[in-house]
Amino acid sequence: MDLQTMTYLVVGASFALYIGIAIWARAGSTSEFYVAGGGVHPITNGMATAADWMSAASFISMAGLIANMGYGGGLFLMGWTGGYVLLACLLAPYLRKFGKFTVPQFIGDRFYSKTASTVAVICLLTASITYIIGQMTGVGVAFSRFLGVSSEMGIYIGMAIVFAYAVFGGMKGITYTQVAQYVVLILAYTVPAIFISLNLTGNPIPQLGLGADMAGTDVSLLTKLDQVVTDLGFGKYTTTTAGSTLNMFVYTLSLMIGTAGLPHVIMRFFTVPTVSDARISAGWALVFIAILYTTAPAVAAMAKLNLHSTVNTAVMKGGDIMAPEASLQYEERPDWMKRWEKTGLLKFADKNGDGRIQYYNDKSKNADFNAKAEAAGWKGSELTVNADIIVLANPEIALLPNWVIALVAAGGLAAALSTAAGLLMAISAAVSHDLVKGIFKPDISDSGELMAGKISMAIAIVIAGYLGLNPPGFAAGTVALAFGIAASSLFPAIMMGIFSKKMNKEGAIAGMIAGLAITLFYVFAHKGIFFIKGTDFVGAIGGANSFFGITPEAFGAVGALVNFIVAFVVDKMTKEPPEHIQHMVENVRIPRGAKAVDGAH
Amino acid sequence: MDQTGQAYWSAVLGLLGKILAIWFVVSFGAGILFADALNGIKLGGYPLGFWFAHQGSIYIFIALIFYYAKAMDKIDRKFDVHE
Repeated sequence: MDLQTMTYLVVGASFALYIGIAIWARAGSTSEFYVAGGGVHPITNGMATAADWMSAASFISMAGLIANMGYGGGLFLMGWTGGYVLLACLLAPYLRKFGKFTVPQFIGDRFYSKTASTVAVICLLTASITYIIGQMTGVGVAFSRFLGVSSEMGIYIGMAIVFAYAVFGGMKGITYTQVAQYVVLILAYTVPAIFISLNLTGNPIPQLGLGADMAGTDVSLLTKLDQVVTDLGFGKYTTTTAGSTLNMFVYTLSLMIGTAGLPHVIMRFFTVPTVSDARISAGWALVFIAILYTTAPAVAAMAKLNLHSTVNTAVMKGGDIMAPEASLQYEERPDWMKRWEKTGLLKFADKNGDGRIQYYNDKSKNADFNAKAEAAGWKGSELTVNADIIVLANPEIALLPNWVIALVAAGGLAAALSTAAGLLMAISAAVSHDLVKGIFKPDISDSGELMAGKISMAIAIVIAGYLGLNPPGFAAGTVALAFGIAASSLFPAIMMGIFSKKMNKEGAIAGMIAGLAITLFYVFAHKGIFFIKGTDFVGAIGGANSFFGITPEAFGAVGALVNFIVAFVVDKMTKEPPEHIQHMVENVRIPRGAKAVDGAH
Repeated sequence: MDQTGQAYWSAVLGLLGKILAIWFVVSFGAGILFADALNGIKLGGYPLGFWFAHQGSIYIFIALIFYYAKAMDKIDRKFDVHE
């Protein structure tokens, strides 16, 4: 069967499965709509959380980023998993005990203030909407590359599928679809990795293969890779950091805090029956996430080695890597390169006119290397490789069968759709529960609120689709912003709400606004006000990364620190929270008396 | 908060302190600050600092959460505040 038919078949089957689940899991009450009835098993919830959490970025882009960054890429691995420790110990069980539908509702009740809840809704909506744009474009890209339909058509199909199970099923439909999507995406990620690990090292487990010797030799894969990339003028794979050590430290911390503060992730822990289940469920979520996250570095290193050995025969055979005949002749390039050249993700420019591909670091600072490259007649690196190729083309680079390639297509779509649905859930709950019921129409009936939830979900899908079709020029910067907002505003507010009995509404609101403002200020200084080109004012703050060399993506942790400090200072200057609020905090801290989650205000 | 309540909460905070200390040491310590020093040691084909950043800290995070969940259940029972 040819690749195209196979891909249609596999993706079609996965969609049929999602729709089948949607029909089975329709939501009939607000409790089913917001928290899946509150009876989800902790392992099931862990799996759904993993699919919810792992987005198109984790699935498609992360391994490529790690391949480019080497050791420094570990900041994504540690940052996006370490947050679950914080979530499990600091937030999830207490929010579950609190027993309400949404994050803004906790902030509003704990800080006895509609202003606090409104600020939280704004933070939540900004974080979730910026995050969803990336998912919708991811859906479009996956469709257009694998199914040969236009990117627009892909987004329409994606919207229709999400509509089917999210609007009718709410959290219940989303939860069980996410379980199915997890299975699809994890198979799609690990199967190619197993084949490739087996090929290179003879060890079928990628996590062990990465630390093993190259098949038939006694040189370890990482030593080999280090040697190959340094021969080609790159930094050593196992030691190159992302900027300074301080930046890597702060960046990792920002991703951890941001992960713990993202509302669509926190919400998932409202669906389990007990407080104890919420703790254990975070552990299961991390187990399911770790299967992908510990495979990713293996995929990164192995794909990098495969790519270099494809374009330079001396990489595997040994000999002079700069010998003219070692470089691959462009005319003899493999089929997968031809296919990906059409997408523009792979580009070749014959700079020295020898008809061969030289792929190396032409910006090396090593004078020795530069002299050698020049002597060999290399006039610049001739191959441009988009980071996304590392996962998407990986099975093709390793010459795996067609069904594996089709599976990767279905996996990429599953990753994007599951995250999009989780975000839509967080958005629609914030609108229908926190805004409509909480502020505008407190006496709305259960069925009226359910309808409001479904309508706001439908509207959110249309907006997300529109933004996916017309991505504002800043799509790349938006994920950093979502994490920055979650880290600098929501996480500290929730944490202080639980761990400080005396924190009052003035402190919490001032902290959230200060943390958010300073983070936005730093991000906008680098990337333009609301990401509008030409409005950046990086000169005014003393040049790029002027705050101790910290990049804007890494700034969330600093914002969180500002939030904490401002909140405590303002708290000391204003009066204590009322007695009943302090009792409420005491009550949230102990598991006994946890009841089913309900939305009562 | 009554006596038991305070004792319970300080037991919880004590456990949290331990968990977060390990969380910090494996990721920010072994994976970032001391990665270079640890790279001198090999774990199979892995330099140890690199292993902590790309593999090890994730495994330890998982162990930490399950340990935390178990230890909390024990504390809950001891102070009779379990569900």
